[in-house]
Amino acid sequence: MDVFHMLVTVLESTIRVSVPLIFAALGGLFTERAGVFDIGLEGKMLGAAFAAGAVAAVTGNVWAGLLAAILISVLLSLVHGYASITQRGSQIVSGVAINFIVFGSTVILGEAWFRQGGRTPALAGDARFSTITFPFAEEIRPVPVIGPIYADLISGHFFLTYLAFAMVPITWWILYRTRFGLRLRAVGENPGAVDTAGISVVWMRYRAVICCGILAGLGGAYLSLAMTAGFVKGMTAGKGYIALAALIFAKWKPLNVMLACLLFGFLDALAIRLQGNPLPLIGQIPVQLMQALPYILTVILLAGFIGKAVPPKAGGVPYVKER
Amino acid sequence: MSNPYARLPGWAEYGLIPLVNLVVAFLVAGLVVLLVGESPLEAAYHLINGAFGRGEYIGFTLYYATTFIFTGLAVAVASHAGLFNIGGEGQAYVGGIGVALVCLWLDRIMPWYVVFPLAILGSAAFGALWAFLPGWLQAKRGSHIVITTIMFNFIASSLMVYLLTRVLKPLGSMAPQTRTFEAGGQLPKLDWLLGLFGLDIGNAPFNISFLLALLAAFGCWLLIWRTRLGYEMRVMGHSPSAARYAGIKDARITVIAMMISGGLCGMMALNPIMGEQFRMQLDFVQGAGFVGIAVALMGRSHPAGIIPAAILFGMLYQGGAEIAFEMPTISRDMIVIIQGLVILFAGALENMFRPAIGRIFASVASSRSASSAAKGA
Repeated sequence: MDVFHMLVTVLESTIRVSVPLIFAALGGLFTERAGVFDIGLEGKMLGAAFAAGAVAAVTGNVWAGLLAAILISVLLSLVHGYASITQRGSQIVSGVAINFIVFGSTVILGEAWFRQGGRTPALAGDARFSTITFPFAEEIRPVPVIGPIYADLISGHFFLTYLAFAMVPITWWILYRTRFGLRLRAVGENPGAVDTAGISVVWMRYRAVICCGILAGLGGAYLSLAMTAGFVKGMTAGKGYIALAALIFAKWKPLNVMLACLLFGFLDALAIRLQGNPLPLIGQIPVQLMQALPYILTVILLAGFIGKAVPPKAGGVPYVKER
Repeated sequence: MSNPYARLPGWAEYGLIPLVNLVVAFLVAGLVVLLVGESPLEAAYHLINGAFGRGEYIGFTLYYATTFIFTGLAVAVASHAGLFNIGGEGQAYVGGIGVALVCLWLDRIMPWYVVFPLAILGSAAFGALWAFLPGWLQAKRGSHIVITTIMFNFIASSLMVYLLTRVLKPLGSMAPQTRTFEAGGQLPKLDWLLGLFGLDIGNAPFNISFLLALLAAFGCWLLIWRTRLGYEMRVMGHSPSAARYAGIKDARITVIAMMISGGLCGMMALNPIMGEQFRMQLDFVQGAGFVGIAVALMGRSHPAGIIPAAILFGMLYQGGAEIAFEMPTISRDMIVIIQGLVILFAGALENMFRPAIGRIFASVASSRSASSAAKGA
């Protein structure tokens, strides 16, 4: 197999595995920019994936599954919001709690409702997303270089994949070009000032948390409705945490978020690709090292060795109007 | 930080409020059981019976509790210094290396009472090492401890898979684990302790590391409330700026607190490795690092609260296995839900019921003072 062909295959799987990361990290971007840390991305995605798989299996309608995913994820976000905004509890503790509750519930409910060892029934036909083939993809495929890039990389993905990449500029536009975005960022930097301007800090943060719920829900739905046909126990497998790492790696900026997610996705795809295949010059790289690389890179970045990651100033601090 | 809530008497603060939070968590868990179509009361019966019904069950409950005392203390020590150590899972995992290395080295030539102290040192040293880096990075480079420790959990997991599949696995074996330790690497059971109460321990792996856990709990109390270091940690936890004005070296305290915390997590590895499995396996920690968060929150970060909270979670783990056996629709993942609910209600939502309880206390107090005023008139 020639190098170019291999590169296209790796990049294609990079795109495939990056999509949930992009959704979740953009969701995290909304809340963290508004000053609410969210460790619960993992749990939200998992809950959404389960809801999507279960509802799509029962109704046979993929859109019903997508809606259920968003609904559950938003509900979980509201729990996080209630604990960390209204009750001013620790945002980190609340996120950890949500991850546990969701992990346990999806297994217990899945087993009770479907009796397939924590899975939901396999989806087929209208119950799952199918890939979209762009016009002339097959005709262009034989053309060297451009052909495979158009047919395999650009065409032939799921609706949610294109939506994920579209969400990057949309998120940028919302955060940097709308009044809502300006206020959202202000709430994360200096909530006192926003409050003085007569805008409700609490309501702003709730809206940010809901935005996060919608995006994490889309990420979860992608897992069980598009990437695989159905929900599998613990199927997020740390993707929420990788998204969190990507968000920090991206220094809380939308375009960087996409690039960081693609980088981490690429490492993931490469790790699968290189399994058992020694690299020239370097030799065999342990798969575990490749798997740990996103986390190692994030630690190095956080330590300020690759630029400085400065989080939103009011992040993690509950807002108290008066003392 | 100023406390926006009225002051409650000690027993309400440390007894009533955690109890109310716990009851609510269990009620919600009961709702999940109802949703699955089973009876919550039956589940509760199997839980209690499975945890305390027989000497053997009690042995298992206390075996799990031993693990959770270590991880709970670890989270508590860090939280007194204002640090949220979410990396207990990774620190315990890496701590296992220390135990395994000492056992593999000495188990054939030394008795357990020589191996055990060395294994304690080994586990604590490796656990502390794994916590040192996040602590140092927080102190010197300002990276957020929560994020770094999460990342270190994943790095530890990859590292251990690598070590167990490539380095520590004996030749010719397929399973990712070390060889089984000989007599020197096996801790004696505490059958005599349960025997005092007329209980038969059966097959339960309740072992001497329980006593070490109690000792560690006492040590933590000494450290936090009776030493200068503990005082400095608490000052830093309450107000980092006050600590800095008082001349407390915050970077040093951060690193030390994290290393103590990591060392305690590492010592948790003694219990499953030397006490039950007699070898190091993949994933032997089984979420104990995270349970530590729930235990510390439940126990209000005080050793006297952490021990009962750890026993409570030991009960959940052991009784949960019994529920899964008797009621097949409710698998052991039910414990994970309860754990999450306890973290939610005792941690993030700890103040939810405080205003209501405070109001009740205030009205009782005012009516009492009114009646005494009436008597005086």
